[in-house]
Amino acid sequence: MLVERPLRPSGPPPPPGEDDGIDRLAAYVHIPFCARVCPYCDFAVVAGKDESTDRYFAALGAEIEMEPSAGSLASVFIGGGTPSRVSRDLLAGVVERLAGRFGLADDAEISLEANPEDWTPEVAAGLVAAGVNRVSFGVQSFDDAVLGELGRLHTAGDARVVVGMARAAGFASVSLDLIFGSPLESVESWRHTVESAIALEPDHVSTYALTVERGTELSRMVAAGAPAPDPDDQADKYQLARALLTEVGFGHYEVSNYARPGHECIYNLNTWAQGDYLAFGLGAHGHRAGVRRRNVRRLEAYLEMLEDGRRPEAGTESITGWDAELERVFLGLRMRSGVAAGAVGDVLASDPDGQALISAKKLEVTEGRICVLDPLFTDSVARVVLGLKPVETGRVAR
Amino acid sequence: MTSRIRNFSIIAHIDHGKSTLADRLLERTGAITGRDMKEQLLDSMDLERERGITIKAQAVRIPYRALDGAIYELNLIDTPGHVDFSYEVARSLDAVEGALLVVDATQGVEAQTLANTYLAIEAGLEIVPIINKIDLPAAEPERVAAEVASIIGGDPDEVLQISAKTGAGIDELLEAIVHRLPAPEGDADDPLRALIFDSYFDSYRGVICTIRVKDGTLGKGDAVRFMASGLLEHADEVGVLTPLAVPVAALGPGESGYLITGVKDIDLVRVGDTVTREDRPAAEALPGYLEPKPMVFSGLFPVEGDDFERLRDALEKLRLNDAALSYEPETSAALGFGFRCGFLGLLHMEIVRERLEREYDLELVSTAPSVAYLATTVTGEVVEVRSPQDLPAANQLAGIEEPYVKVMMLAPSEYVGTVMELAQERRGLVGELNYLSPERVEIDYEIPLAEIVFDFFDQLKSRTRGYASLDYEPVGYRASELSKVDILLNGQPVDAFSTIIHKDKAYSYGTAMTNRLRELIPRQLFDIPIQAAIGSRVIARETVKAKRKDVTAKCYGGDISRKRKLLERQKEGKKRMKMVGSVEVPNDAFINALKIDRD
Repeated sequence: MLVERPLRPSGPPPPPGEDDGIDRLAAYVHIPFCARVCPYCDFAVVAGKDESTDRYFAALGAEIEMEPSAGSLASVFIGGGTPSRVSRDLLAGVVERLAGRFGLADDAEISLEANPEDWTPEVAAGLVAAGVNRVSFGVQSFDDAVLGELGRLHTAGDARVVVGMARAAGFASVSLDLIFGSPLESVESWRHTVESAIALEPDHVSTYALTVERGTELSRMVAAGAPAPDPDDQADKYQLARALLTEVGFGHYEVSNYARPGHECIYNLNTWAQGDYLAFGLGAHGHRAGVRRRNVRRLEAYLEMLEDGRRPEAGTESITGWDAELERVFLGLRMRSGVAAGAVGDVLASDPDGQALISAKKLEVTEGRICVLDPLFTDSVARVVLGLKPVETGRVAR
Repeated sequence: MTSRIRNFSIIAHIDHGKSTLADRLLERTGAITGRDMKEQLLDSMDLERERGITIKAQAVRIPYRALDGAIYELNLIDTPGHVDFSYEVARSLDAVEGALLVVDATQGVEAQTLANTYLAIEAGLEIVPIINKIDLPAAEPERVAAEVASIIGGDPDEVLQISAKTGAGIDELLEAIVHRLPAPEGDADDPLRALIFDSYFDSYRGVICTIRVKDGTLGKGDAVRFMASGLLEHADEVGVLTPLAVPVAALGPGESGYLITGVKDIDLVRVGDTVTREDRPAAEALPGYLEPKPMVFSGLFPVEGDDFERLRDALEKLRLNDAALSYEPETSAALGFGFRCGFLGLLHMEIVRERLEREYDLELVSTAPSVAYLATTVTGEVVEVRSPQDLPAANQLAGIEEPYVKVMMLAPSEYVGTVMELAQERRGLVGELNYLSPERVEIDYEIPLAEIVFDFFDQLKSRTRGYASLDYEPVGYRASELSKVDILLNGQPVDAFSTIIHKDKAYSYGTAMTNRLRELIPRQLFDIPIQAAIGSRVIARETVKAKRKDVTAKCYGGDISRKRKLLERQKEGKKRMKMVGSVEVPNDAFINALKIDRD
C-alpha cells in the first residue's frame, strides 16, 4: 500500500550516535539489473530487462531531483542487482547528479558492487574516473563446483584477476564478498576460498552464511526436498573464516564483515549506527529523521510512478521514543565493539532472558555498553532486546 | 391413551446409519419439513456433526398415521454409538419398550451393537432387527440377516431390509414399530413417577430435564419433587421435542418429553432421579442409574497460568451437561496449576479437550492419560492413584493393582490369529472364542484397561483392515508388576511426562519418550540431557545439543524493518513455550510427545 508521507525538507538532525560517532548523511542507489537471478537472492532484482536500462536511469535521475536537499553526502553505495552490468556513463551520471544535488564530502566513500565476469581494466578505469573509489566484488567462492551450485556465472579464475585490475585502476578500497555453508561445500573447500581471498590481499572481506530466504528459488528447492544449509556446518565455517582472517590482521568489526584498519565500510557503519541515508531506485530503503521509507519493488510500477512525477514510495514507518532506542541497540549489536547502552542496558541486564544470555557468556552488559560476546548469537540477543519494555516509575514492566 | 404410544431406541454401530434413519423417520412422518432439515438433525452439537457420532441421548416425538388410520405417537430416544458412552445407552433403554437393531448390510454385526443388544434383551425390550444400506452394491442382506437372527433368536425373514438413504423399506418399518413394539404400560391415575433420563443446562432456562413418565400425569404448574435430592420446584413448562421443543399442557404415562422448573443447580437434578408430584407423591422412586465412573485420567493445564480460573469456569459449565466428567485441582511442577480430570475413555477426553479449546478459547496442555491404580502401602493402607505423582515412594509401596476389563471383539474368522496376537501383546488373559457363524467370531479377553485406552482400538482396526470391532466392561482390579517411569529434562523430573507402566514395557516407553522429546525440544543455549528413569536408575538417555548459530548473515539498510519485525515475531512465538526449570519446552511437545506409536 502506498503511504503518502513527504519527508520534511529539513527535519531535526538524528540523535548523535554517541561514541559510535557516525552522523553523516549517506545515500544508497539500487541498480536491479542482473544477467540472471541467483537462486538464493531475495533483493529487488530483474533479469532479462536490460532494455529498460535507459528508462530506469532517467527515472532514477528524476527521483534524485525530488529528494529534498539534505547536506553533503559522506558516503554513497551503488548496490544491486549488478551495477557492473550497466555502462560507466550511466553510473557516472548518477554520481554526478548526486554530487550536484547534495554535494559530496571531500573524503566521501563511493562504493559499487561488481561481478567478476563484468570486470575489465577499462570498466575499472572508467569507474574511478567517475569518482567511485571502493569496489565490492561478488566472488562468493573460489570453488567452481560451489559457484555452480550458487548459480554464479563467473569462475574462480575470473575472480583471481579482478583485485589486481581494481588496484591498477586506482581504487582506494577493494572488498570481496564470500558465501559459505551451501550444502555441497566442504569445510576444506571453504578454507580454500578464504585462503584464496586472503592471498589476493583485499582491504575488506564480507562472509555470509547462505540463507534460505522466503520466496527464492532456493526456498522452493528446499521445500521440494533439496538439502538445506546445516547450521552447525555454518557455525564451523563461520569460526574458521574468523580465525583465518583475524590471524592475518583483518579486524572483525561486524557480524559478517572484516576490514584492514581504516577500511571499514563507511556507508554500512552509518546504517548500523542508525544514521540517516537517502535511498534511490527499485525497492530501495531510506532512513531520515526517524522515518524509514521503502520504494516499490516492481520495476514497471517504479518507472511509471516516476514518469508520472510521483515518488515511488511503497510505505513509511516512523520509529520514535523507546522503539527508536531499541532499534538503535538492535542495529548496534551487530558491531563487534558493541553499542552504547543508553537506557536499554539496565532493562536488558535485569530481564530473565537477558540474564540467561549473560550467564551463558553470549552477552555482556557493562556500565556504558552492550556487547554480544559470541556473534553467532546476535539474533538471540536482538530478540530479547526488541521485546524489552521501558522502565516505568522505577519498576521493570514486562 | 398409552395404546397409541411407542417408545423405542435405535441400537446401531457408528456409521451403520442410525442418524440417517432417524432423519428419515422424521422426514417421512412429516415431523419436520425438508427445508428445516439439517442433515442428521438429532446430532445437535457441532462436534457430533463433525465427528459423525452421537454424544448425548436425545428424545424426539414423531406423530405417525398408521395404515389402520389411527395416529400413533412414536418416541425415539436416540443413543450414543461409541464405547466410551455405553452407560448412556443403558440409561436410555430404561425409557423405552422396544429397540430397532440396525445393522449395516455390508458390514454385519459389530461388537458394540452386540453388547447393546444383549443389554436390551436383558432389559426385556422387544427388538425389531433391521438391515440398512441394502442399496449398496456390497450389501449382503441374506448373510447379515442370518447373523442377526442367530443373535436375537428369531427368524431371518422377520429382519426388515431398508435403505435409510433412499427411503426404501421405511414405510414397512413404521408399521413394524406400531405393530411389533408393545405399548407402554402405566396408569394415569397412579401417583406421578417420571424418570429423568437426561438433563442439560441452558443458560436462559436453567436445567432442562428429558423425562419419561412411567405412571401418573405431569402438568404445567404442578408442584414437583425430585425424589433423590428432595428438591421441590414448580413445573414452569412441560413439553415434547418434535425435535423442536413444543410446550404441552401435560405428559401422561408412557410419554417422553422435557421438564423445565427454572432450577439452575444441575447437581440437584440428577439423571436417574424420579420426579413425583407434591400433591400426591409416589411412595417409591423408580430404580435409578449407577453414576458413570471415569476410567481415564489426565491433567489439563492452561498454557497461560492466568487462565486457571477460566479453565475452572469452563469445566464447571461443561460438567452441567456431562455428568461423566470429573475434575479436581492439581499442581504440576512443570505445568503449574490445572485440573486432574476423569473421563469415560479417550474419545471422551478428546471431546472435552476440544470443547474447552473451541468453545471456551483456552489453550491447554494435557498430561499422559492414566487409569486409576490401587496402591497398597507397607502399612496396609490402600490408595487410589489417578496420577503417577500420587504413587507412594518405592520404599513405601507393598504392591499395585490395576483395573482390568473384559474386552469383547468381533472379527471375521480369518483375523482370529491377528486379534489374539494383539490381545496377548497387550497382556491379555483368558482368550475365549465363540463362533457366531462360520465367518464371524466373538473373541473375549481380559486385558488391563491401561493397555486398551490408548490406541488399542486403532490397532485393532488397522490390523483387521477395519473389520473388527470391540466393546469392554470393567471386571475389577488385579495385582501387576508396574513401575513409575520418570522423564528428566536437564536432570529435573518433568511430572507431566511420568507414567505408570508394566515393567516389561518400561524400557521401550523410556526410549520412545526420550527419542521423541529430543526431536520436539528445540536446541537451546546449553546441552539438555533427556533421561528416562525408574527411581534413580536411568533406562534411556538422549541429548539435545546446544544451539551453535542464531544470527542473521545480512542486516543492511534495506533489511532493517523486515529483520526487526521477523525477530519480534519470533519473540512472540516464544510465548508458546513452557519453562521447565531452565529449559524451554514448546506446548506442542507436551501433546506430541504423548502420541507414541507403540509398535
